[in-house]
Amino acid sequence: MSNIPADLKYTKSHEWVRTLADGNVEVGITDHAQGALGDLVFVEVPEAGKALKAGDAFAVVESVKAASDVYAPIAGAVLEGNASLGSQPELINSEPYGGGWIARMKPNGALQGLLSAAEYQAHLAAEG
Amino acid sequence: MPFIPHTPEDVEQMLAAIGARKIDDLFDEIPKDLRIESLAGIPEALNEMQVGRLMSERAAQDGTPLNFIGAGAYEHHIPSAVWAVTTRGEFYSAYTPYQAEASQGTLQLIYEYQTMITSLTGMDVSNASLYDGGSAVAEAALMAIRAHRRSKSQRILVPTTLHPNYRRVAVATAGGQGVRFDEVPCPKGTLALADLKKFEGEDITAIVIQQPNFFGLLEDVDAITDWAHAHNMLVIASVNPTSLGILKPPGEWGAKGADIACGDCQPLGVPLSSGGPYAGFMTTRMEHVRQMPGRIVGRTVDLNGRQGFALTLQAREQHIRRGKATSNICTNQGLLVTAATIYLSLLGPEGLARVANECHRNLNELVAALTRLKGVKLAFDRPRFHEAVLQLDRPVAPVLAELARRGIVGGYDLSTDYPELGNALLVCATETRTAADIKAYADALAETLKAAVRAA
Amino acid sequence: MAMLKHPEKIIFEYSRPGRGSYGQWPTEQGSPNAVAADIPENLRRKGKPLLPEVSELEVVRHFTRLSQLNFSIDTHFYPLGSCTMKYNPKACNQFAMLPGFLNRHPLAPEQTGQGFLACMFELQEMLKEVTGMQGVALSPMAGAHGEFAGVAMIRAYHRARGDLARNEIIVPVAAHGTNPATATMCGCVVREIPVNDEGDVDVEALKAAVGPNTAGIMLTNPSTCGVFERRIKEVAKIVHDAGGLLYYDGANLNAILGKVRPGDMGFDVIHMNLHKTFSTPHGGGGPGAGAVGVSARLLPFMPLPVVGKEGDKYRWLTEKDLPQSIGRLSAFMGNAGVLLRAYIYMRMLGREGMHRVGEFATLNANYLMARLAKAGFDPAYPRRRASHEFIITAKKQARELEVTAMDFAKRLLDYGFHAPTTYFPLLVPECLLIEPTETESKEALDGFVDAMVAILREAESQADLVKSAPHTMTVRRLDDVRAARQLDLTWKPAAA
Repeated sequence: MSNIPADLKYTKSHEWVRTLADGNVEVGITDHAQGALGDLVFVEVPEAGKALKAGDAFAVVESVKAASDVYAPIAGAVLEGNASLGSQPELINSEPYGGGWIARMKPNGALQGLLSAAEYQAHLAAEG
Repeated sequence: MPFIPHTPEDVEQMLAAIGARKIDDLFDEIPKDLRIESLAGIPEALNEMQVGRLMSERAAQDGTPLNFIGAGAYEHHIPSAVWAVTTRGEFYSAYTPYQAEASQGTLQLIYEYQTMITSLTGMDVSNASLYDGGSAVAEAALMAIRAHRRSKSQRILVPTTLHPNYRRVAVATAGGQGVRFDEVPCPKGTLALADLKKFEGEDITAIVIQQPNFFGLLEDVDAITDWAHAHNMLVIASVNPTSLGILKPPGEWGAKGADIACGDCQPLGVPLSSGGPYAGFMTTRMEHVRQMPGRIVGRTVDLNGRQGFALTLQAREQHIRRGKATSNICTNQGLLVTAATIYLSLLGPEGLARVANECHRNLNELVAALTRLKGVKLAFDRPRFHEAVLQLDRPVAPVLAELARRGIVGGYDLSTDYPELGNALLVCATETRTAADIKAYADALAETLKAAVRAA
Repeated sequence: MAMLKHPEKIIFEYSRPGRGSYGQWPTEQGSPNAVAADIPENLRRKGKPLLPEVSELEVVRHFTRLSQLNFSIDTHFYPLGSCTMKYNPKACNQFAMLPGFLNRHPLAPEQTGQGFLACMFELQEMLKEVTGMQGVALSPMAGAHGEFAGVAMIRAYHRARGDLARNEIIVPVAAHGTNPATATMCGCVVREIPVNDEGDVDVEALKAAVGPNTAGIMLTNPSTCGVFERRIKEVAKIVHDAGGLLYYDGANLNAILGKVRPGDMGFDVIHMNLHKTFSTPHGGGGPGAGAVGVSARLLPFMPLPVVGKEGDKYRWLTEKDLPQSIGRLSAFMGNAGVLLRAYIYMRMLGREGMHRVGEFATLNANYLMARLAKAGFDPAYPRRRASHEFIITAKKQARELEVTAMDFAKRLLDYGFHAPTTYFPLLVPECLLIEPTETESKEALDGFVDAMVAILREAESQADLVKSAPHTMTVRRLDDVRAARQLDLTWKPAAA
């Protein structure tokens, strides 16, 4: 059973979004996603300044057997990518909602189209 | 039946196990009207003795002329051990090493190859090889575009001193993705900073520098590399591995070194063989390793903690990344890498340097012998390595045809690719050309030129 | 088995300063070895490259030992699906390595290459005949390279007609990974379409996918599911009617050699993996050869060079002859030596041997599938004929015994069989794609079935033995995660 913190928002493509105190957001991939990928060996994080539409591929997570795009859960500009992932991609496996965050973004307006924890839970169940 | 072991009894038992009456029933899902009954255009089968006779005749028909062409493919002595070991069935008839535990031989060999070619080029990492030197330049250009994210232009500078066929392969391979190759004319035979001036201030992704260049001349690689880096370009080196026995490796060019080095392994124990199979090599700096196309082998440990080898960074490749792969390439040129690795092991650092020095000495003797003839002069009197451009006082093609009749392949006619050079001929000598060979060429050329004068 | 049971040192660990294989050098050790004065000081190499300093015997012994760490066709049954690991006849190698062929420079005049060019011309003609295509170009150096040439020709064709919007390549989900990768390399957009429960292309989905942007479709037939695409004529009509072209991925040509031809099915362009169907060696991962064949409308776009014949003389066709060519994909003439091997193989099979390849490859596959099914394994498409290969799904074993397709594959190594292809195609869970080829005897196939049954019994009673296999190789399962996280890609001397 994967961990789905109640205070975060989610996407159907398994990203999570945390709203920070200053109104900016932190994004990463869910515990379920990291479990499906297995041990990560490389993460390509976005460069600061990049403008994204919701759904744009903005990062790549790579395990031994698979490489997957990570999609921007919201529209906005990248403030910074998580530099620690360069040398420690395994942070996403060990702390998907903490040290394994992928990018911080400044959203364009209000957050739209995201799932609540309960909705994401239901989505996972439906995906089987 | 050649290569098919089945006896009639086998076939009967196998069909019974399947529940079919005859072999043809196994094709019953193919629409009837698509089926063919015979292949009239295929000749009747030859047995091994007959095919051996045919091939011996064909090979003998081509003879063994004395060769003085280089132009990207070089005749070197190939130690007997190279192909005696390379053609062992365990190398020759093995597949790509996907099942690592059953392929440690091939994997360890590639790791050793990566070590040798990385050191030879002065870079950090190598892949397991690409198709050939031409496709390696094309892949290097695509890689440079992936690696150099701040450059948006997809423009690559290619001096005309880069092998003309390498330029053609690069355009045919990368052109479809919108990569633009800007040719830089080199009237002096080498790339001059003055000719590059007009590109300053433009967004250019990379420049390709061939050393020694297509004319055999040595480029001022330090100055060009520094110029390119100062103008925010990556540097792709296309180099001859034999020359690296004595010439400065790309990793040490200029203040920071080239960013990608590539070339052809053919001079390292691979026969000329009408153009292939050869093997392209590619090395780069660690920071760009994930942008490198092709297979890469890494050393790791097994469940018991013992050293072992495996393909690594596979997520870049087509079988996982599919449409987003760094390249569609699957194979390396494994068997040729095997030959090159054995060749480099037999030569070692000193043997390779001796081969390079001997080639160069012979080329200088060849140039001296040929330019003594009336009507032959050296086109560019500048530092060079084992190849040179000669200028004749008449069209080259008829001269080469006459030399061929005398059993001499006298060089490569540059008039198609470089009409601006006039009657230019590219000649090469390696360590395999003796003083007697050089004299034979000089004598034949003297007679050819004289005969032409008499005929005129 | 003549496999080496202990690891082999890395060649640099044999190296001793001053040792060497002197007989291989052009000048004696001890003679002067100075760089000529005319090579400027600033362009010279300063340090020695890291190459081993070893004797000839050490080299021969080291690399012979490395060879003994490999499985190969010459030593093991190699039922690797989609790879056609058939016997590579020794004659093909011996006769391709005659000195007259090996010593010929690629740019030598045509007058000194008539024997070689005759072989290439006749190879083009024979490949046209077996595929039903109108032209063949030999220079692509691997299957993926041939795919590139093929899709580039499709692009060039549409462009030459001013049909500039056509940039979509349709690919079934079961396709080889090279198909979408190639389409991308050619600047096209990939559209994937599903495959139905029987392994055929979903024709309704295809109808919905084609349109004014369709450049073409890439198909393998028999497909990667190991079954013949029964509605191929309908598929061809749908794509052609929409203005697209059909690309045939020749990976599975062995299945139908001499029985049915891609040209007759309606394909416009194909690549042939000569290292599969025409038995040139795989060489531990190349060199391959990916000759391409085209229908009449793509003739002007073929990659160069092509061999032409005028009277009784052969010559290279160049840009002058084919001004609309997609260009050159190799510096010279592709993998010429590999092409010679394919030529020799085809001459030895001859007219009467071609159809036997398809027949016996298919017989072996169907026999093996029938026996494995009877022994308790599940074919992925039980109601279909196998082509030259078939899929077993270990879904049941994975669920009930927690023994995966990968575990079967690894345990087979202990029984002296190379593993089948695993986890391809991706749409069949826990799949083992098995291709026996026509050159294996009934006894070899029976031995493989016995091993599979023995492993199944082990999985039922001592699953850990299977899950931790292999046990008899020089190494056990390798740590791929470590290999990727702590990159060790070159040997480095221990710090002094």
